[in-house]
Amino acid sequence: MRVAYYPGCSLEGTAIEYDASSKAMCEALGIELVEVPDWSCCGASSAHFVNHDLAVALGARNLALAQGTGAEQVTAPCAACYARLKFAEHKLGEEPERLGRMLERGGVDYPGGMKVASLLETVVCDYGLDAVKERMTRSLNGLKVACYYGCLLVRPTGMPGFDDPENPRSLDNLMVALGAEPVEWPYRIECCGGGLALGRADIVRKLVGDLLDEAVAAGAECFVVACPLCQGNLDWRQTEAAAERARQYNLPVYYFTQLVGWCCGAPPHKLGIELLMTPATSLLERQLAGSQV
Amino acid sequence: MPRVGVFICQCGTNIAKTVDTAKVAAEAGKLPFVAHSDTYVYMCSSAGQQKIEDAIREHKLDSIVVSACTPQMHQKTFEGCADRAGLNRYMSTLANIREQCSYVHKDGELATQKALELTAMAVAKAARDEPLFQSEAPINRKALIVGGGVAGIQAALDIAEAGYEVVVVEKSPSIGGRMSQFDKTFPTLDCSACILTPKMVEAYQNPNIRLLTYSEVAEIGGFVGNFNVKIRKRARSVDEVKCTGCGTCWEKCPQKKIPSEYDEQLGPRTAIYVPFPQAVPLVPVIDREHCTKFLKDRCGLCQKVCPADAVDYTQEDEIIEDTFGAVVVATGFDVWDHTDYGEYGAGKIPDVVSGIQFERMLNLSGPTHGKVLRPSDGKEAKTVVFVQCAGSRDDQHGYSYCSKVCCMYTAKHAILLREKCPDAEAYVFYIDIRATGKGYEEFIRDAQRKYGAQYIRGRVSRMFQHGDKVRVFGVDTLGGGQVKIDADLVVLATAIEPRDDAKALSQLLGIGCDNNGFFNEAHPKLAPVDTMSAGIYIAGAAQFARDIPDTVAMASATAAKVVGLFSKEKLLSEPSVATCDLNLCSGCMACHVTCPYDAIEMTEYNDRAARLTRMVASVNENLCHGCGACSGTCRSGAMTLRAFTDNQIEAQIEALCEFVPAK
Repeated sequence: MRVAYYPGCSLEGTAIEYDASSKAMCEALGIELVEVPDWSCCGASSAHFVNHDLAVALGARNLALAQGTGAEQVTAPCAACYARLKFAEHKLGEEPERLGRMLERGGVDYPGGMKVASLLETVVCDYGLDAVKERMTRSLNGLKVACYYGCLLVRPTGMPGFDDPENPRSLDNLMVALGAEPVEWPYRIECCGGGLALGRADIVRKLVGDLLDEAVAAGAECFVVACPLCQGNLDWRQTEAAAERARQYNLPVYYFTQLVGWCCGAPPHKLGIELLMTPATSLLERQLAGSQV
Repeated sequence: MPRVGVFICQCGTNIAKTVDTAKVAAEAGKLPFVAHSDTYVYMCSSAGQQKIEDAIREHKLDSIVVSACTPQMHQKTFEGCADRAGLNRYMSTLANIREQCSYVHKDGELATQKALELTAMAVAKAARDEPLFQSEAPINRKALIVGGGVAGIQAALDIAEAGYEVVVVEKSPSIGGRMSQFDKTFPTLDCSACILTPKMVEAYQNPNIRLLTYSEVAEIGGFVGNFNVKIRKRARSVDEVKCTGCGTCWEKCPQKKIPSEYDEQLGPRTAIYVPFPQAVPLVPVIDREHCTKFLKDRCGLCQKVCPADAVDYTQEDEIIEDTFGAVVVATGFDVWDHTDYGEYGAGKIPDVVSGIQFERMLNLSGPTHGKVLRPSDGKEAKTVVFVQCAGSRDDQHGYSYCSKVCCMYTAKHAILLREKCPDAEAYVFYIDIRATGKGYEEFIRDAQRKYGAQYIRGRVSRMFQHGDKVRVFGVDTLGGGQVKIDADLVVLATAIEPRDDAKALSQLLGIGCDNNGFFNEAHPKLAPVDTMSAGIYIAGAAQFARDIPDTVAMASATAAKVVGLFSKEKLLSEPSVATCDLNLCSGCMACHVTCPYDAIEMTEYNDRAARLTRMVASVNENLCHGCGACSGTCRSGAMTLRAFTDNQIEAQIEALCEFVPAK
């Protein structure tokens, strides 16, 4: 399986462990990633606040480059990148003439037709859970995980997505395949605070605190996510949120790529688990010890 | 040569503001066959009609053309003019220069030209009109009513009162329908059962009414005045004549935990059961899918304890055949299944119920004996959130239409909650309040002011189980803020939707459904209880979401239609139907395949010229709607639609071509 890989800006900065674990996981699964050459901004954040057409154009530029790799789908680990690329593809289909003229002026030649997938979708829907199971060398052994989808991964509802926007299950199903026990908790698509991470830390602390409380109440030992912003907010603000509520959480926030990689024989040092803020290695070691008993 | 009169209507300014009617009248006067041409402000007014009648007599006209609105509106009006002036009523043609011309065009000059061309085509047809005569058919003066809810009962009582026989076919074991499930009715808060049960008993006792409960329409054929119907009377496993309704059987039945349909799955029933204490007839049925006797050939307790020896396990479905003159379809509604609503828990949160479930909870004979208890743990609900428009006015889930009754019944629920439990809190999320009936607005005000229901304008975004509460997230668009309520119970005002078998029934009856699956009326304003099939009428929520007063009014309207039909001596059928030239017909039966009304069958024809007997097509004029599909299909030109013959249509095309400039 050969897939064009669009890392996006977060994976080069705040979420290098997501980039590393995505590559390590895909290598372990036998998914060949071809990095989109000369990729640029996906059109998120500043771009689509300033100009909607510009945001589409940026997405289209990356889609054109991805198409140039000869792969049939482009996969993006970041939920925001995924959403922007998907939206660009969708919008170009809606207004082909006007947006086509705009791309022409910008020298972008993109006829459309690139399948845009989030990396979670690539693994769960295209690669398949059965294939994942075949590659497993160890299991998560009943680890209680809170699957947290956040906002962008399964939205907006108007666009054809890969999971139910109101009751998503893909991450849960993947965790079950890995031998974990996803907890039933109601906040799986509530807001993490998103882009307010730096500007309004007070709001993020409140939202993250709610998420932590709910996950703990449901019996979760850790989170699993598929978005660098979700991971960041839950992980970095966890001690602050804990202090604000005068309690202790210590819930590791894993990327799903780290857990899949860990189960499917990717070299542990390539998964960046030790780079997470909340100590995350000991929990996995405990699970491993449990499975050997 | 036939003498044709042309009458151009101005329709006030509806036509005249775009079309130069004087010019059309003048130009039409020069057309072949036209002996008289005139224009008038309202041709359909009595003065206008008089003008036409006078002109027919004065100018010795053979046929008339009225260029005005759609034939659906005034064909019959102008046929009447011809008739009164001594012409055959079918020697009249309408050219539609309003809906198909002045309403849709802006350029006056072009519109005037088009109006003239349409008129010229009508003249070409009118000059070739032949007198047509209506045929007669007898009427079977017995009505079939499908559905025994309040609509069916009301229609049955009204028709029976007029002295005609009625058969009511009801799918469930008792008549009463949805209304029998309700606790109180808005806006008067009178007890639903108290006003309905007398009508149910009256229907049961009326000698002109026969109730067939636990029955379905299996087949229907024929036409207005003569519908041949097969009714499947499902095996009740209890002899209706012997049974006294004493209740021993259902008290003793050991299968006590079957979810009750009547209580909307909130309470149990037995395998041999009557759906509710006031059921009519008070004769139980055995639910064979849950009865131990039928599943495992054990038990048999009900038969042993029955003092009247009425339980009969060997009963089989029975097919009753009968002929009816008219059919009233009053099959009612379902409520939308909120398991589609992921935001609202996808039906998995036990303390999120539908409005009709809450209705059962409020009822003294319901599963909670009138107490508002949480289904999850049976504790009393102190905080109740009502969510309106669950599945209505929502393109993403459910339906785009407004279900019409939810604002009112939610206000009723809030009032009843506060009455039963004064320390309970009632929150109502709404988009708009639609309370457009007598006493309705005042009722909503009462809910808000007298009973203190808290109305929050805004939608609920999500709800989920949170501990033993249901956490509800919503928005208050008037106050401008997010709302979070931890509720004991959430009541969704789920959309009113058609019965799941409405589509199948519509196909059986040959009446259409709209996009949402409700039965189509013949005209949304002027024929709201008629259907496109003569002799079949619709009442109540089978046509669209309706409250009880509207439903009862509609039911009486259908009864008036049926009684009107039955009061005729004979049925006159429209003569503008298809006819087959047997000499030309090759018997290929392509017409039979095309006919949407199943009006064409194969018959033997003794062809004397060819000295053989062969199969040909034959049209049942009572079933034919005159759509013309067969004449368009017929390869040998044998099928002709009277008043729209090939000859006439060709003449119309030629008339139009006269206006096309030669190249």
